[in-house]
Amino acid sequence: MRRVLLAFGVLLMLTVTGCGGSSKSASSTSSSTTKVQPANITIWTPFVDPELITFKKVVKDFETKNPGIHVKVIGGTNDDKIVAAIRGGNAPDVAQSFTSDNTGVFCPSGAWIDLGSYMQKDGVKDSIFPAAPRDYSKFEGKRCALPMLADAYGLYYNKTLLAKAGYKSPPKTISELTAMAKRLTQRDSSGKLKVVGFNPFPSWYENVPAHFGPSWGANWVDGGGNSNLNTPAWADQLRWQKSLIDWYGYDNLVRFNAGAGDEFSASNAFETGKVAMHMDGEWRVAFLKREHPELKYGTAPFPVADDKADLYGAGYTTGSIIGIPKTSKHKDQAWLLVKYLGTNPTALAELSNGIQNVPTTSASLKSPVLKPLPGFQTFLDVFGNKNTTTTPITRIGAANQETFQSFIAKYLSGSKKDLEGGLKNTDEQIDAMEKQAEAGQAP
Amino acid sequence: MSAAAAEATRPVDRSRAKSRAAWRRRGIVLAFMSPWLVGFSVFFGYPLVMSAYLSFTHYDLLSPPRWVGLDNYRFMFGTDQQVWPAVKNTLWFIAIAVPLQVLFALGIAIMLSRARRGVGVFRTVFYLPALAPPVAATLGFVYLLNPATGPVNTILGKLGIQGPLWFDSPEWSKPSLTLLAIWGVGNTMIIFLAAVIDVPKHLYESAELDGAGIFSRLRFVTLPTISPVILFAVVIGVIEGLQYFTQAYVAANVAGGSATYSAEQANKLGYPEDSTLFYPVLLYQQGFRYFNMGYASAMAMLLLAVSFAVTFLIVRHSRRFVHYQGAAR
Repeated sequence: MRRVLLAFGVLLMLTVTGCGGSSKSASSTSSSTTKVQPANITIWTPFVDPELITFKKVVKDFETKNPGIHVKVIGGTNDDKIVAAIRGGNAPDVAQSFTSDNTGVFCPSGAWIDLGSYMQKDGVKDSIFPAAPRDYSKFEGKRCALPMLADAYGLYYNKTLLAKAGYKSPPKTISELTAMAKRLTQRDSSGKLKVVGFNPFPSWYENVPAHFGPSWGANWVDGGGNSNLNTPAWADQLRWQKSLIDWYGYDNLVRFNAGAGDEFSASNAFETGKVAMHMDGEWRVAFLKREHPELKYGTAPFPVADDKADLYGAGYTTGSIIGIPKTSKHKDQAWLLVKYLGTNPTALAELSNGIQNVPTTSASLKSPVLKPLPGFQTFLDVFGNKNTTTTPITRIGAANQETFQSFIAKYLSGSKKDLEGGLKNTDEQIDAMEKQAEAGQAP
Repeated sequence: MSAAAAEATRPVDRSRAKSRAAWRRRGIVLAFMSPWLVGFSVFFGYPLVMSAYLSFTHYDLLSPPRWVGLDNYRFMFGTDQQVWPAVKNTLWFIAIAVPLQVLFALGIAIMLSRARRGVGVFRTVFYLPALAPPVAATLGFVYLLNPATGPVNTILGKLGIQGPLWFDSPEWSKPSLTLLAIWGVGNTMIIFLAAVIDVPKHLYESAELDGAGIFSRLRFVTLPTISPVILFAVVIGVIEGLQYFTQAYVAANVAGGSATYSAEQANKLGYPEDSTLFYPVLLYQQGFRYFNMGYASAMAMLLLAVSFAVTFLIVRHSRRFVHYQGAAR
């Protein structure tokens, strides 16, 4: 009897440990391409209708391909809500952010988990992403997000206005852009601006240094990671911008802008023909189709500085990031969704077709499912260009860009005269902010 | 127990009973005060103590605070180049807008106290703007003062005057906000009106008998009598000026139009050229946009100290100007 009991006990122990072992093993391998436990998970996305409709459709495809995983999609969220939810312990299983600058906050804080082990296990390589999205979705080597759809910037031009002025093609250099901008500009009898050839006003619509910089080959940081704005490239870019603003008259442009209509509305100045040439993102193609299908326009890479002809075709890109908040209770299932939305070429192509953003893997750029609208191909090409750059991810989020913009606004209005001194001072401020953000860290 | 012994213990019992009753009274008082006490501790005391602690840390809201000692204060006073412009903007508002608000509120109150017809209508008209939510009021002013399409500049244009750039000009943005502040003085105006009406009639009659004119009566009767209310309005105005945020935030973002980076609408805090970057706006920017909550807490502690100091100075120096009816001095 004792032997029977002993044998039963051993059997029970083996069973228990065996179960434990298999359970552990199931858990540890569940993030691989093999099956995971069924679960209900939630994803937060900043998209709202009509983009949200496409997003939900692609998530539905994911559910079909992953039976047992049910995804609740919540649209219209933002980073403030994500941060508050993570702090409150009720964040979603998957979060998408429009602000890749915040990778520098989500990664080092551990708020979004490191995806490295999942990627390694599933054989997802960094190299499937072009260089720029690869960079803006990780911080100091830690990949806590995948890029998911990107924006690329280029030049939109009004074909009718250009043709009237005798132009058959868009400008390729800054000199050409400037000459054409002046010729395309129209004023009324009182001198008020009626049509602006190219509006260089700082922070108007998409006029931020991050978008202009690549055309001059300007970089944000030096090899040591320090702010590097006091360079001939940035100085040239800003001198050009100031000279064109002065040609229009600063106050004239302010008055023009005040009556130009909201950027994200059907009264957008380019869409209504008040601006002949325009720096903008790829999404404008969809806006134009929806709001002003009658407008005859073309797209091209943004012109480059005269001495940087080799950069023509490149531009600026940034985009959404997607990751798993640390409070997620279904990380394995969440990873499957992140992987699907961030790396599946068909999913990315379908998202691109519906939302009119650039898909973010090299394979998805060549996907047969991708059906770009007329004019959209320019942005796919800009995105894929090897010289296309993005802004560096820092611990201070977008503070470096905003500090720079603050100086630029004063320089371009004429209230600050010393360009090089101002750039040097801006570098010092940004470096000091970085240092302040690193204070108290273990060496 | 003997009668003598019983006599001796009676006062002790009485004092115990008194003490018990006193404790019971305290308990009841505490019980009645407990909702406030809990609210005060949870929503004021705790955040205040936490802010003080966080001001000595680097805190990004997501990872545990890291102790940095006085680094945030050193950064604030020694390195951050946005602090001084923000302080200057806030001081400008306190020095210009707050006195103008008090003057206008007082002026309207005095006029209303003398109106003979339609008093109710005028009171309503002047009070009504105070009911407009600050965001809606600011949006309305940005629309009215739009340099290109706004009705104000359109009318000025018809008169042959080119209107200013209002919220789009670093010189005019704070005066534009001041206009908005003056427009919304209804609350202060009502308090002044009550005080002005409350000035004893016999004082005016005595002054009149002594030959005092309108301005003398205002100077020597009305103002001294309502001086405690003026002091109240100034103190509240200064404290609100130190915390000025909503209108500046909305005006800058709306007038500044939109520029995007990183696929998200950029903030235009301080537009144009940091002229509306008030101290609380900078504090918000650091805490909630740059995830620099430790530093923002240090800024908040300075704001608290300055608020205390300014209020203390005003109240202390006010003794020369403020007269309390029935006071010993």
